[in-house]
Amino acid sequence: MSFKDHILSSFIALENEVDTSSYVHELRNQAIGEFEKLGVPQRKEEAYKYTSLKALFNKDYCLFPKKETAISYSDIKKYLVHQIDSYRVIFIDGIYSSHLSQTTHDKFDVCLMSSALSNPKYSNVIKEFYNKLAVKDGLVSLNTAFAKEGAYIHIGKNIIVEKPIEIVYFSTGNEAQLMTQPRNLVVVGENSQVQIIERHQSLNDNAVLTNSVSEIFAAKRALVDWYKIQNDRLSASLIDHTFAEQKDNSEVRIHTFSFGGKITRNNLNFYQRGEHCNSVLNGVTILEGKQHVDHSTLVHHTAPNCESFQEYKQIFDERAVGVFNGKVLVDKIAQKINAYQQNNNILISDTATINAKPQLEIFADDVRCSHGCTIGQLDEDAMFYMQARGIPKKEARALLMFAFANSVLETVKIPEIKTRITKLIAMKLGVEIGFDM
Amino acid sequence: MSKYTEEQLEKELKDKEYEYGFYTDIKSDKIPIGLSEEVIRIISAKKNEPQWMLDWRLESYRIFMQMEEPDWSNVKYDKPDLQSISYYSAPNSKPKYDSLDEVDPELLETFKKLGISLDEQKKLAGVAMDIVVDSVSVATTFKETLAEKGIIFCPISEAIQEHPELVKKYLGTVIPQKDNYYAALNSAVFSDGSFCYIPKGVKCPMELSTYFRINEGGTGQFERTLVIADEGSYVSYLEGCTAPSRDENQLHAACVELIALDDAEIKYSTVQNWYPGNSEGKGGVFNFVTKRGLCEKNSKISWTQVETGSAVTWKYPSCILKGDNSVGEFYSIAVTNNYQQADTGTKMIHLGKNTKSTIISKGISAGKSQNSYRGLVKVGSRATNARNFSQCDSLLMGNECGAHTFPYIENSNSTSKIEHEATTSKIGEDQIFYCNQRGIDTEKAIALIVNGFSKEVLNKLPMEFAVEAQKLLEISLEGSVG
Repeated sequence: MSFKDHILSSFIALENEVDTSSYVHELRNQAIGEFEKLGVPQRKEEAYKYTSLKALFNKDYCLFPKKETAISYSDIKKYLVHQIDSYRVIFIDGIYSSHLSQTTHDKFDVCLMSSALSNPKYSNVIKEFYNKLAVKDGLVSLNTAFAKEGAYIHIGKNIIVEKPIEIVYFSTGNEAQLMTQPRNLVVVGENSQVQIIERHQSLNDNAVLTNSVSEIFAAKRALVDWYKIQNDRLSASLIDHTFAEQKDNSEVRIHTFSFGGKITRNNLNFYQRGEHCNSVLNGVTILEGKQHVDHSTLVHHTAPNCESFQEYKQIFDERAVGVFNGKVLVDKIAQKINAYQQNNNILISDTATINAKPQLEIFADDVRCSHGCTIGQLDEDAMFYMQARGIPKKEARALLMFAFANSVLETVKIPEIKTRITKLIAMKLGVEIGFDM
Repeated sequence: MSKYTEEQLEKELKDKEYEYGFYTDIKSDKIPIGLSEEVIRIISAKKNEPQWMLDWRLESYRIFMQMEEPDWSNVKYDKPDLQSISYYSAPNSKPKYDSLDEVDPELLETFKKLGISLDEQKKLAGVAMDIVVDSVSVATTFKETLAEKGIIFCPISEAIQEHPELVKKYLGTVIPQKDNYYAALNSAVFSDGSFCYIPKGVKCPMELSTYFRINEGGTGQFERTLVIADEGSYVSYLEGCTAPSRDENQLHAACVELIALDDAEIKYSTVQNWYPGNSEGKGGVFNFVTKRGLCEKNSKISWTQVETGSAVTWKYPSCILKGDNSVGEFYSIAVTNNYQQADTGTKMIHLGKNTKSTIISKGISAGKSQNSYRGLVKVGSRATNARNFSQCDSLLMGNECGAHTFPYIENSNSTSKIEHEATTSKIGEDQIFYCNQRGIDTEKAIALIVNGFSKEVLNKLPMEFAVEAQKLLEISLEGSVG
């Protein structure tokens, strides 16, 4: 059975199981129709020119894993940013784990998508925001059709959420091949601020494919600070679609740290729909082996006087493949835009590959848009300088790489995350560097 | 130019025509409209081509028939109906006009601004002076001087007759017949073009130039240019184009192949100023060109282009840096105004060791035009120490135009260094103010700033071209102030 047939027949099974009277029911049926029409993106499509999903979609995935899986806190502790107090929304094989999570309905809602979709209390918010940003794309539609679970975060006006929210999806490997379709919705009201940490992690080496969709709505003067930590096993692949809509004076920052996974595709789409917005897209990628990361970004400026800032620092070793496909789109009315896009890459081995396509599409004249893209090596003179002073080659290399990635690390606002990322990088480079970054 | 010289020149040109006897005095020598195997056979027969050439054309035609017209570019246009084009038109000795007075005064004004001599004006406007005409190449000047050095510079149809071994060896090696839709079409129906061969160790003493012109309405232009620089040789080649006003869209699908053997250098400069359509976006030339050069060891190919004309431009002069230490360069200015659309750039394909490439692209868009840079820098895994620098700057004038950048960078070598940067901006109000304050009116000030913006590329043009190009920029942007 082809993947598509498998999906279509599974959808009927899902239909029998879920509530068919809800608002989302209609969306699901539309979405499955779109998926049937569009299918899984092929390489001949420009957006997937450098990333083939063929190897991912030829498996017979289990779409509905068994209900209960016992996982204790000690099994997952190391994957959480446990040094800090945080709200936690934890999912095991796509199913919410209440004993590992800590949610709240006090002042604001940090809870489950499944209850938000079915509880009439949330129906107004769902009707206003759910699936309003997601584009018509084969995989996004697939998610919309199957999405049942995920994080639902709704923050009203004038609230600064005092501790970060961690959203973590674990897969236990109880199924030989698992496909999950998490769906997150984050609505942040006027003058409110929130920090979010997102992670997808598999706990053993069975194949996992995650097709995730997140929608972010930032109202006037809202601030959203989102950290994506991707350091999964070679058996796990992630296709992430994140959409953000911004109103006047809002700021949305997304930081993507890609250190592992078989195929990771990050689609970040920003739509600025108000003046004086700021969008920040930062990323550090360090890959080796046969890993593949594809960053595909879009910043659509539809209003004047806004800014966007993208910075991606990437290092590739062995047979790793990196793709950067950045796009800045400036509409005719979006005058006085300041858009910046920077992509720096280092190739360590001759078998690693980087494909970059930084694009600008500009229809307004009074703008400042620039992009820069470089591919190079570590500076030999700097290496020599350090080696001449007794720093071993490995450490010297690591130091230079830290320096290379530092401009992005500096933008991390949660110190515990910075420490954790620094440690992850040190681990990857096989060094022990004790300094604080 | 004084009257005396003018007359003399006219006489001289007439003599020349006689001397080389390029064509007999026939009226418009068109073959039936449309594209078919029969038409290709007629073209080939008219040119008295050998069997291998006909076979090559027919093979191209078969390939072409299996291809589909591409639509990935960032331009919108009504696809030309290939069946309504006449694929061959020999020069017609009947002039379009009898004197300059009959010519469109707007056109003459343009010529005046460009500083084109009266004779050239007549020539370009199609007044009774048959020197540069349609698809059949013109008497090439200084033929003897070149012959002394062993340089072959002639129409490609002549080269097929007289130097079949060279044509056979190199034609289609850089741009294969199946390369793309328009290259396949060109391979099947090319009418004529230039052929140039520089022997080993020879530095060509003068700039070689050709003028192509689209003279007859409804005639597609399918030139084929082949330039071969043998080991250690050097040539600078100029290609300039102008076309008179015309109302219907005309298709131009040329192919240019450059081959630089070991230690050779080719410099290829283009000024393209075909009819861009009127200010409502009606008419204008479709310019769908395939240009590519192959570099062997230690060789260098340099493309310089100034694109101001055509309603739709779609071209990517490219370099395949096959030999070690070879160098590829691309300098481009693309100006679009009114409803013009341009999707242009380059491909630098690094295959050899220590290969270097430089890309400087300046896009200027005004009016309601769309200007795109699309480029590819590819470094193969064996291209050790490859080096690339790319810079794409766009200047926007007015808020109804667009500037786009689509650079593709593919690298699989750890010793290569690639840099790409792009900026988009507009002419600063303070810059204009500064000029105004010093008594330079706004239009002149813009010309000045645009010139400064494009200087890096203009400097790469041969002297006489640079002057013409500068004026062209001014004219192309006329009326875009505001």
